[in-house]
Amino acid sequence: MKYLQLVWSAMFRRKTRTVFTLLSVLAAFLLFGLLDSVRSAFANAASSVAGVDRLVTVSKISFTMSLPKSLLSGIAALPGVAKVTYANWFGGIYQDPKDFFANEAVADNYFDLYPEWQLSQAERTAFHNTRTGAVVGESLARKYNWKLGDKIPLQATIFPQKSGANTWTFDLVGIYRVSNPKQKSQEAIFFFNWDYFDEARAFGNGNVGWYITQVSDRTLAQQVADAVDSLSVNSDHETKTQTEQAFNAAFVSQYGDIGLIVGAIMGAVFFTLILLTGNTMAQAVRERVPELAVLKTIGFSNHSVLVLLLVESVLLIVLGGAIGLLLAGVVVDAVRAAVGEAVPMTRVGAAIWLRGVGLMVLIGLIVGALPARRGMRLRIVDALAGR
Amino acid sequence: MARSRTRSAGSLIGSLIGAAGAIALLVLAPWWLLLAAVLLLALWTVATRIGRQAWSVTEVGLATIPQRLGAASVVVVGIAGVVAVLVALLAMAAGFEAALMESGTDDTAIVMRAGAQTEINSVLDHDSATVVAEAPQVLRNAQGQPIASAELVVVAALPKKSSGLDANVEVRGIGERAWSLRPGVRIIDGRKFGSGLRELIVGKGAHGQFAGVDIGSTLKLNGQAWTVVGVFDSGDAHNSELWADTDVVAATYRRGSSTTAVTVRLTGADAFDAFKAALTSDPRLTVDVKTTRAYYTDQSASLAKLIRILGVTIAAIMAIGAVFGALNTMYAAVATRSREIATLRAIGFRGLPVIASVLYETMLLALLGGALGAILTWIVFNHYTVSTLGQNFTQVVFAFQVSPPVLWIGLRWALAIGLIGGLFPALRAARQPVTAGLREL
Repeated sequence: MKYLQLVWSAMFRRKTRTVFTLLSVLAAFLLFGLLDSVRSAFANAASSVAGVDRLVTVSKISFTMSLPKSLLSGIAALPGVAKVTYANWFGGIYQDPKDFFANEAVADNYFDLYPEWQLSQAERTAFHNTRTGAVVGESLARKYNWKLGDKIPLQATIFPQKSGANTWTFDLVGIYRVSNPKQKSQEAIFFFNWDYFDEARAFGNGNVGWYITQVSDRTLAQQVADAVDSLSVNSDHETKTQTEQAFNAAFVSQYGDIGLIVGAIMGAVFFTLILLTGNTMAQAVRERVPELAVLKTIGFSNHSVLVLLLVESVLLIVLGGAIGLLLAGVVVDAVRAAVGEAVPMTRVGAAIWLRGVGLMVLIGLIVGALPARRGMRLRIVDALAGR
Repeated sequence: MARSRTRSAGSLIGSLIGAAGAIALLVLAPWWLLLAAVLLLALWTVATRIGRQAWSVTEVGLATIPQRLGAASVVVVGIAGVVAVLVALLAMAAGFEAALMESGTDDTAIVMRAGAQTEINSVLDHDSATVVAEAPQVLRNAQGQPIASAELVVVAALPKKSSGLDANVEVRGIGERAWSLRPGVRIIDGRKFGSGLRELIVGKGAHGQFAGVDIGSTLKLNGQAWTVVGVFDSGDAHNSELWADTDVVAATYRRGSSTTAVTVRLTGADAFDAFKAALTSDPRLTVDVKTTRAYYTDQSASLAKLIRILGVTIAAIMAIGAVFGALNTMYAAVATRSREIATLRAIGFRGLPVIASVLYETMLLALLGGALGAILTWIVFNHYTVSTLGQNFTQVVFAFQVSPPVLWIGLRWALAIGLIGGLFPALRAARQPVTAGLREL
């Protein structure tokens, strides 16, 4: 610690060069922060821990096919099933087709299976009692500036009404919150009553899109899933049941391998960075050969010269990288404030910082290794003679 | 003293403006303007005395590169990285867009239920489909039948080769007329499906992305066994699909006689307005009418735009890093050559050849980096095939298109980075007082 001053002044021996190098490191870690935030958002969506005791049952052909509502009683009667509910995709459009959010018709007890969506008892009752009632997540409500009591029209894309009308109007009766920051993206869904939907839609009546089953004991999940699927085996509506986690993971993977894309880009960035800062460190050591020799002359051991140089290179990367990550945090917060919390970017929190600092130290050591070894191996006589 | 400070501040602002102008020229100018600039530069180098001086100083500089290979490679590799990432992402956007855009033309139109937006959401009953096909603007074949195809699009889940996880694939039920509607579609392996049979043909793209769809293999759709009998190539987004006989698909998916959309060939692109007006005012129908070009453009626009914005943003951040890397290298290069440069100035060389030589050197390194990045991306990613979730909730298979326009954008970026990275060191080299330079050890 007492040599920090020494390392610091060595680092800024050539101000311009160090500042330029710091800016390069900053750019690299700014990019790392942003990309890792996106990657984490997709990874979180694929593995929300809360979903392990819930099963999703969809049509075996594809989740866009519907299932008969008659399966409900069969599923509810199975051993190991605590609660079961159902829902249907609506896919309606509010104002602009490009500005899409999920909207679903859900059964009365849907929220009972999702305790992480916080909805007050009064709002639950209102949802239950209002035929045209709708409940939305807080992020979504904030985005469109919706207040309780607002009438919200959605344009049907799949389900016109029996009357031939294509516009469905809902009354906003509840706003739910999700406190877990990793699941914040679930605050962007619009729910309304399945009963109203089923009565008023022109076709498909009596069918549901998917069932959600809560198991009484999560170790029974596979057993219950198999039992649910066996209810409809060899019928014309065979089902596929899996944990919500597995279902979400499969869905997210349909977008493509986000992790691979991010990994490839970061590989290119860090490869360039290592070369660039490695060159800077090599130059710095080359210029300071006589000074290092003096250090050794006044009693610094080979080992401490090695450590001093390694600390210098790690410090260089950590300094630039930390500023870069701070900046990434600011940018991510700004984007989330502007676009809404449903944007696929997690806040630059502890996990990203941990990975980032780990990378900084690793890169610092790689970059410093060769120059530091050179410094360590210097022979005083040769170095002072300029050989 | 004060005057010289004002002058140097003035020249700094001047050089900043000059740099900004040159960068704008590099990034935005049409190719012929750039070509003209390069030709002028070449002419200047060959024909004028100062130009020849600049080139001979550059040659000396280039000769010393082997001695500072590490530093020079920082410029090359830094710029190669930027160009590689930029070109790869732009090629991805171009490929996705091309896959969907190729599917659309101005003289074919798609008719869906009003409000449906995508085929998968749409349902048309048999009577509506007939009314649409009988419209006078629909082209008729030699037998006098309208070239209209009422198609049934449904979704099946198949495991992806890359992840093993189920992904959605579009199954399109088509009739006999679909082949004359899309004359570009060829069977590249096997044969067409038999009418009335549970047989499928699989698009070239879907064949590459999904497991278990080789010719002869059996798929289960709604509990019934289907056989894959052929592979087709349409050269567009239909390559992501599986095709089968409409009637058999309808029976399997219990869809009765309804279809999802009708696609027609019009008598000409100019017939579209009349066609649309006729259908939307027909009291028997509640439909939306779009040219297939408009339909597929809507489907590709937002994702392609998103990928492009991401590509440019990521590359811009990387470019900032690369600029500072290049600045470091070139300042160091100028510093090590300060004695030589001062000697040149002392024997009568002007500032301009010195500036030009440092710029030449950086731009050449940048060009090398840009070419390296572009070639690398071309080798790895050209025709690299991936798939993502499209608007129909199904996989759209597309190939990266590392096309000349995309490579050209990459090279322009490389030159712009080189210009910024070289300009300031070049100015320093020219401004350095001769006496100080000569004294330096």
